[in-house]
Amino acid sequence: MKKDWPLWEVFVRSKNGLEHRHFGSLHASDAEMAIKNARDVYTRRKEGVSIWVVESKNIKASNPDDNTVLFDPADDKAYRHPTFYDLPDNVEHM
Amino acid sequence: MSSNEIKNLENIFNEKIARDEKIEPKDWMPEKYRKTHIRQISQHAHSEIVGMLPEGNWITRAPSLRRKVALLAKVQDEAGHGLYLYSACETLGISREELYDQLHTGKAKYSSIFNYPTLTWADIGAIGWLVDGAAIINQVPLCNTSFGPYARAMVRVCKEESFHQRQGYEIMMTLCNGTKEQKDMAQDALNRWWWPSLMMFGPTDDESTHTEQSMKWKLKRKTNDELRQQFVDQTVPQADILGLKVPDENLKYNNDTGHYDFGEIDWSEFWQVVKGHGKCNKERISARKNAWNNGKWVRDAALAYADKQESRKTKQAV
Repeated sequence: MKKDWPLWEVFVRSKNGLEHRHFGSLHASDAEMAIKNARDVYTRRKEGVSIWVVESKNIKASNPDDNTVLFDPADDKAYRHPTFYDLPDNVEHM
Repeated sequence: MSSNEIKNLENIFNEKIARDEKIEPKDWMPEKYRKTHIRQISQHAHSEIVGMLPEGNWITRAPSLRRKVALLAKVQDEAGHGLYLYSACETLGISREELYDQLHTGKAKYSSIFNYPTLTWADIGAIGWLVDGAAIINQVPLCNTSFGPYARAMVRVCKEESFHQRQGYEIMMTLCNGTKEQKDMAQDALNRWWWPSLMMFGPTDDESTHTEQSMKWKLKRKTNDELRQQFVDQTVPQADILGLKVPDENLKYNNDTGHYDFGEIDWSEFWQVVKGHGKCNKERISARKNAWNNGKWVRDAALAYADKQESRKTKQAV
């Protein structure tokens, strides 16, 4: 039987105070090996202080075809931004 | 999808690229864009992986511990670069297995430069200086290419590549400041690697079939000949500093153009090597195949272990 090592997505926190960011993916037989491989592939020069791995099949992504439905409604909601509100110039600290 | 709808999607796609917007894996893309990217990114990944072989040849024979750790780190970087690129390529819907298979069966190409042998320690210097130097010139513009995962991989690759070139030049420097024998060795390495390095930029512009389309997709920002000229212009002064002679009787600085004129490249040699008749083509592919086949039991064992751990967890849960 031919079976390949599953694909994992790798997230790395560059330093404390920053969020984990997607770095790329790699193949590994299990989560433990995925972390070890991620260490060797993505952090050879102290690029991180923490690694997350998630098996790629467990990530559900939105479809770019739905972008209009998902994101366009924000277009006509300018009132969510501070610049929407008119204030006289002499009002300070606001 | 009707042909009209596809035309429309293609227009939106082309406008996006013209605006310098990136294309991400799940976005609609023309089939030709997908195929061209799979071809180029995989070829690039294969080159990194096969590129470990000529240098790996010298790890055990590096002349000092300092040189040895540097070479080890460089070869490990090449492995890393191959992996960044394979994973970028897989986002286009091709599996790692298929990619390896294409390399092992000769369906996919890799850079011909790695089909030349590394005969002396000076070759390690020349590879770092010239081959990595040429690779940097080819790769820097790719950091801005239109396909997001490829561009991101290239940013990481380029950051790491400059140490490769510097360690190579330092090796050349040391040899050139050494005994006559050592300097001759450096000259001999330059003699053998100079022309193959110029060939790394690919056929001349009038022979290159993919250039126009690749320019549109920002897979290329400059033509092969422009990049080659840039390489010659920046490398010749570096050879002068080493006190080495570039093996080209026609090489001459042109005051009018501000560039070096250089001799004709032997394209018959280039095509010979591309077609598989270089000195090491067979050796390189068989080394890759052996590594893959002999590693099979390790891959299987790791999977069997993972399955066992998983089933143990399930049992404990019950």
